[in-house]
Amino acid sequence: MKRIALLGMPNTGKSTFFNRLTGAGARVGNWPGITVDLLAAKILLGGNMVEVVDLPGIYNLHGFSDDEQVVRHFLESQVVNGLVVILNAAQLDRQLALLLQLKALKLPMTLVLNMSDEAKQLGVKIDLAELARNLDMAVTLISAKYGQGFESARHAIEQIVQHNPAARLADTEGLSQDDRIEVELDRIVSGSVSTPITLSPGITRRLDRVLLHPWLGLPLFFITVFLLFQLVYGIGTPLQDGMNWGLEHIKTGLLQPALVHAPLPLQSFIQDGLFDGIGTVLSFLPIIVVFFMFMAIIEDSGYLARAAYLMDAVMARLGLDGRSFVMQLMGFGCNVPALMGTRVMRSRALRLLTMLVIPFSLCSARLQVFLFFTTAIFAPRAAAMVMFSLYLMSFLMAFLTALVWRGKYRSVEPLLLELPPYRFPTFKQLIAQGWQQSQHFLKGASGYIVGGVIVVWALTHYPFNVPPASPATLAGQLADFMAPLFQPLGIDRLLSVALLFGFIAKEIVIGALAVIYGAGQSNLAGIIAGKLDWVQAYSFMLFTLIYTPCLSTVAVLKQESKSWWFTVLAVAWPLGLAWLVSFIFYQSARALGW
Amino acid sequence: MHTSLDHLFPNQSGTIETIDAGPELGRRMAALGLRPGRRIEVVRTAPLKGPMQIRIGHTELMIRRIDAAKICVNLVA
Repeated sequence: MKRIALLGMPNTGKSTFFNRLTGAGARVGNWPGITVDLLAAKILLGGNMVEVVDLPGIYNLHGFSDDEQVVRHFLESQVVNGLVVILNAAQLDRQLALLLQLKALKLPMTLVLNMSDEAKQLGVKIDLAELARNLDMAVTLISAKYGQGFESARHAIEQIVQHNPAARLADTEGLSQDDRIEVELDRIVSGSVSTPITLSPGITRRLDRVLLHPWLGLPLFFITVFLLFQLVYGIGTPLQDGMNWGLEHIKTGLLQPALVHAPLPLQSFIQDGLFDGIGTVLSFLPIIVVFFMFMAIIEDSGYLARAAYLMDAVMARLGLDGRSFVMQLMGFGCNVPALMGTRVMRSRALRLLTMLVIPFSLCSARLQVFLFFTTAIFAPRAAAMVMFSLYLMSFLMAFLTALVWRGKYRSVEPLLLELPPYRFPTFKQLIAQGWQQSQHFLKGASGYIVGGVIVVWALTHYPFNVPPASPATLAGQLADFMAPLFQPLGIDRLLSVALLFGFIAKEIVIGALAVIYGAGQSNLAGIIAGKLDWVQAYSFMLFTLIYTPCLSTVAVLKQESKSWWFTVLAVAWPLGLAWLVSFIFYQSARALGW
Repeated sequence: MHTSLDHLFPNQSGTIETIDAGPELGRRMAALGLRPGRRIEVVRTAPLKGPMQIRIGHTELMIRRIDAAKICVNLVA
């Protein structure tokens, strides 16, 4: 097996080139000691099977950022047959510095200049032959987005593989030297690249004049995020409902008839454990696909970098940035894709802090529980106030969490971001994003989700000779055991069993309560109103809001952080916070005589 | 006239004289084109003492004021 690594600066269309080169076969590879996901694909190039690895975009081979360390670590530990360096043709004057650094590694190399279309628009002229002669390597000019020049780039890569049959390690001497590069850079650039001195005021500048306007910028940003939210969940939620509807029909139409002769515990295991577990995984897929298609638009368009610019004054104080804020808001639809979306942040500390904050966003599943409880217990006018207070609490907990943990997850990466020209991804790029991210979710999180659903199924169904979720089951016994903890919150045993169900997904809390109280969903509201006063109900809602959103969130936290410690913290911290807030609320309300 | 970049107003430009930002930030700046001798223009600044949008060659960047203060420029009238 031959191996080729793709390298380049951020915003050069490196991933687009990778997708075009490798088709749909990319998968997340496992590399020892590397904490970010690297996409890799095996393709046939000139008669050889070649593994192509997409390394993170870096500005500098010798930099200190997380991505730069990942790339260095990769080049020090993995053998390659050659490097493909992708640079933005329009910014060659500065990006060539990276190529010159890479040259010091003494690996076979070819240069691909991307974004020929943008360079042409800007009037940048490149003498390819002169550049190739100066650099002593093949140079091709392409537009990865539209495919022009792609065949010659592919041919150049084939040549590299054919002429270098033995894979080798980088010359690590090259990783430590620098600085004479600038002189060489100026020599090469002045010899082969001509850049017009004045820029024509492009569409990007005109858009920025409005979108980054000192006073209009922020309101427009909020409107954009609001529209994005409406679009993602306006399209995603009906698809999710459709998926659930289909799954329910498979369950009642196919699975149940097929299992009539099986022993009861087995029937229950397959239907309520295994199938529901798989169903939970599948029901996230439509949302993830739609979410990432729209995120690709927002990210590739360059607007996400501009969100960082607009929100920095506020978010920097919390140790977060504007992109964290976008993901936090998207979390109000569903936490799972929002957590996966944090990948746009390249600093690990910033990502982890954002991932700690997102689960406090009051997602649509929790909203269902709150709507049910508020309409059951409160008068219409009070119900609106209660809902408002819960949203307020959601933000409050998020900001509190950021303030408490920003010291531990302090981002050392300088916030020096490029604001790339506005671009629009092609439909093919959108499909690739949606496809890759759902693959990633299926591979990374599905095992944990199905496993978790089966554990909760076992707790609430064993022993099999008693009604599910009744006091005699393991869950009932657990509730007994936990009673001293939950009593001071006004949460009784039956409700704490519902919280256990809520660990799987908040969507099933109401259904679980119906089972627990032995009522139909229609008269459940009446029963709950009779059994709980408003203080108990509000305390239960506070706890539901703040503790672990759902199993899928936990699985994705693990998948994205690649750290058990972080996952434990991200579960334990909200749990502790939920208990504390409910405790303070319940005890003070009771002390005030309510 | 010499001053630090964070003192420039929108639409003002200057030539970078020196950068005193330490190795890490210094390298990132160099990679993005911020090097002595280059011409730099402030495009606009974000409200509430937020970051600055600057242009250098074909590259537009956002930079926090605290980092901009580390760049000494020679103002172009």
